[in-house]
Amino acid sequence: MTNGREQADDIDVAPGDEHLEGGVAQRVLGYLAGLALAILLTATSFYVAGTDLVWQPSIPVALVVLAIAQMGVHLVFFLHITTGPDNTNNVLALAFGVLIVMLLMVGSLWIMANLNHNMMPMDQIMQMQR
Amino acid sequence: MSAVTFTSAQGDAQALRGLDGGGGSGSSRGWGGPAPKRIVTGYGFWIFILSDMIMFAAFFATYAVLLGQTAGGPSGHDLFNLRNVAIETALLLASSFTCGLASIAADVRNKIWFQVAMAVTCALGLGFLAIEGREFADLVARGAGPTRSAFLSAFFTLVGCHGLHVSAGILWLLTMMAQVFAKGFREDIQRRILCFALFWHALDIIWIAVFTVVYLLGSAK
Repeated sequence: MTNGREQADDIDVAPGDEHLEGGVAQRVLGYLAGLALAILLTATSFYVAGTDLVWQPSIPVALVVLAIAQMGVHLVFFLHITTGPDNTNNVLALAFGVLIVMLLMVGSLWIMANLNHNMMPMDQIMQMQR
Repeated sequence: MSAVTFTSAQGDAQALRGLDGGGGSGSSRGWGGPAPKRIVTGYGFWIFILSDMIMFAAFFATYAVLLGQTAGGPSGHDLFNLRNVAIETALLLASSFTCGLASIAADVRNKIWFQVAMAVTCALGLGFLAIEGREFADLVARGAGPTRSAFLSAFFTLVGCHGLHVSAGILWLLTMMAQVFAKGFREDIQRRILCFALFWHALDIIWIAVFTVVYLLGSAK
């Protein structure tokens, strides 16, 4: 009766460490795959940013999506953050970090846009101060 | 019959409290005593990196809020040279790859390949810093220094902070090369290499956000 947990992943893995029995060649191959994917995504980003071929308002969305995808590639292939049970702690810390980052950025943009929207136009403020 | 049930229930209760001392199997995570030092150190440094990213998030939010506040001065579209940014991105990405090769060399305790991979990483990082420094000097010379507008203050703070991180990373890199040269792959040196690799890869992740948000979105018309 195999438990699964008792096999290889009964102990946590430090962030950045690979849980892999393979040899050096296999690990280098992993980094090469990450490098290839990252180059592909970066090249697409730079191409999309300057092209006239797509609907212009979609470009910022495409750039953000490509950036998030590339961050995922770096996390998986370079930092070896995986979904395996030996990585639960690392993923949970990352999830909390992402939550705070999102709150900070979305919250700041939201509040500042709202304040900006509600503020009196600058020329009227100037007139009131006269 | 009932005795069997009792025994198993008692066993479960003991397992829940961790009374079986982590079990000979060691399969019950968290009950087998303290984690190995490599995991403790790596995890602690992972927390530091995440808090560093939160600091960068604050700078990104500042930049995004101040993007339009150019005070009549030049905007990103007038200033940024995407060719330079593409070269910087390529250098940093390649350095992340060679840093990964250095981690593998450290794991198999190959001194020569470790030093070669680290030296290449260092050269690529210095190339990145040289291009960024030239870009900054060029901006200041054109009258678009950090004092010109709120937009440029936010730009120099955000990109300059990333550049400072890369500079600190290069100092750390040289320290690791010297320590491996002098002391070899000791346990504590290996932990420092692990943390350095985390730091360097994290810098590349932050650079993805920089070139997307600052340069590509900022130079849009």
